[in-house]
Amino acid sequence: MELLVASAIGVLTAGGVYLILRLRAFPVILGLSLLSYAVNIFLVSTGRLAINAPPILNKYADVSYTDPLPQALVLTAIVISFGMTAVLVMFTLGAYLEAGDDTIDMTATEEKDDAA
Amino acid sequence: MSHWIIAPVVLPAMMAPLIGYVMRHDIVLARVASAASTVALFIIALGLAVWAADGGTHVYRLGDWPAPFGIVLVLDRLSAMMVLLTATLALIVLWHSIATGWDAKGRHFHALYQFQLMGICGAFLTGDAFNLFVFFEVLLIASYGLMVHSGGKVRMQAGLQYVVMNLAGSTLFLFALGTMYATTGTLNMADLAVKVPQIAAEDSGMVRVAAVLLLIVFMIKAALFPVQFWLPGTYSNAPAPVAALFAIMTKVGAYAIIRLHTLAFHPGAEPTKDVVTTWLFPAAMVTLALGALGVLAAKRLMPLLSFSVIGSMGTMMLAVAPVDPYATETALYYLVHSTFSAAALFLLADLVVSRRGSDVLDARPPVVQNGLFAALFFAAAIAMAGMPPLSGFLGKLLILDALREPELMPWAWTGILVGSLVTIVGFARAGSMIFWKSTSVKLPEGTEPIQSDPPPAPARGTEVAPVMMLLALLVGLAVLAGPATGYMRAAANQLFEPSGYIDSVLAPVEKPEKAEVDPPLDAADPHAEEEH
Repeated sequence: MELLVASAIGVLTAGGVYLILRLRAFPVILGLSLLSYAVNIFLVSTGRLAINAPPILNKYADVSYTDPLPQALVLTAIVISFGMTAVLVMFTLGAYLEAGDDTIDMTATEEKDDAA
Repeated sequence: MSHWIIAPVVLPAMMAPLIGYVMRHDIVLARVASAASTVALFIIALGLAVWAADGGTHVYRLGDWPAPFGIVLVLDRLSAMMVLLTATLALIVLWHSIATGWDAKGRHFHALYQFQLMGICGAFLTGDAFNLFVFFEVLLIASYGLMVHSGGKVRMQAGLQYVVMNLAGSTLFLFALGTMYATTGTLNMADLAVKVPQIAAEDSGMVRVAAVLLLIVFMIKAALFPVQFWLPGTYSNAPAPVAALFAIMTKVGAYAIIRLHTLAFHPGAEPTKDVVTTWLFPAAMVTLALGALGVLAAKRLMPLLSFSVIGSMGTMMLAVAPVDPYATETALYYLVHSTFSAAALFLLADLVVSRRGSDVLDARPPVVQNGLFAALFFAAAIAMAGMPPLSGFLGKLLILDALREPELMPWAWTGILVGSLVTIVGFARAGSMIFWKSTSVKLPEGTEPIQSDPPPAPARGTEVAPVMMLLALLVGLAVLAGPATGYMRAAANQLFEPSGYIDSVLAPVEKPEKAEVDPPLDAADPHAEEEH
């Protein structure tokens, strides 16, 4: 279990970082999504891995429970990363429609064109 | 517990959707609402600053949940000062964008502007590390919209870079918070201050990792080397009033570093005690050098101003790095100064560039009101470069005075003094090119001077007023340096006495005397059954 979760986080992060370093917008969006998945799994695991345990205390029986706070954190993080990905897609579309290509970097000539 | 503490967050948060949905077709209404909201924010911020000046740490528990289980907003001298700085800057920049018509060049300027203020004020007020992340996202997502306001090819591309950079930074922030929670079991800043020193020696590596990750995240926001590269592209391609407002955004990163490294990772905490002193000082030195060289090398006015912002962040963080009360006091003074002077330069550049047609530093015929703009640029450049008589000189003098430690002094003094000289040369070159050489530009024989149609109108009084107000604030900061540094000294001393903060936040909540008002549960039950 630990090995599976840890290697999942590692592989997702590695893939995400690799894709972010591409120069085109679509791989960068995919890379940021992979990174946000990695961080979400990481956040869940910060409350220790517990299986089949409810995130609430039970005062009638002595059953194990799991830390609810990371679950709340990860919900917030999912919502934010989802919204941010949507914004990023719109930005990419806007930049693509304005510039005619989907490269992330700006060449010196483009800046000069604008300045002139 | 006073509800006024949350007002700087709630007020813009209520106004923004109202402006965005109800007033989106009526720019006049949106302007009035946005201006009214910002004025109200300024008044509230002023009230909070006066209230916080009593030296207490005022805590606002959301939902009345006791810390560390609930989220708290905390008002002390530093956060009150930062909120007041934000509100003052916001008011002046808003005036400029309304007077020059920038806000009408695209949609939803005012709604995004209010969301931006909400995020910034929230980030300054919160006492919870995860809540800080949320407010960072709020201010970032609003800044994405403001950054590409009024559109354009290069601006969209620069905006895309800015978004990608900050999304990567946010992911890093989450990794840092996860590591922090896994090791300490809390994200409340005051509780962290209690828990971090208790970490067992074998676990201290994880806390250090989290502290360094957080430092990198805040260095991205504060535009420090080696993660400063997003700033020139963003600031020089953003609409100028937005760039002026962004002058406070780099300070959010600086504030977060000051706050966390005097509280959660305070110098007495064994696991993280030398994180800042080891890494921040060299990073700030390189940032300062980069900023100065960038000012000297820039071929256009807007990148030049952006690099001067980087240089001023480097100067300021040099004073943050030693983590001692006097150095922090000088850093706070320089923080206020550099916010206003950067904003003044960007607003002035907007007035000049919109009439000149381009911000390329070459000789072309002078714009209307060349003399007025030249005088204002001279004053603002003096402030930014740190020449007397404006507050930049005093700010740099104070920082030099604070950095007298034998191992820091040769580096810091050389860096700041040489950096200032190089910055002066860069600004002098830009100013003489734009304002002086333009008066001697000779057109070839027989050609008519190219006149744009219609010719650029001279700036009205209302358009120049925001720049003048910022310069007046810089003069005021220099004249009233005594009272100002007095407040900042008190703020710095409060930061370095974290027990007051910790005790206020973690104080047990007084139980409200409800038992006599509410009937006991048993007594109510028969009554309920009767009704059934």
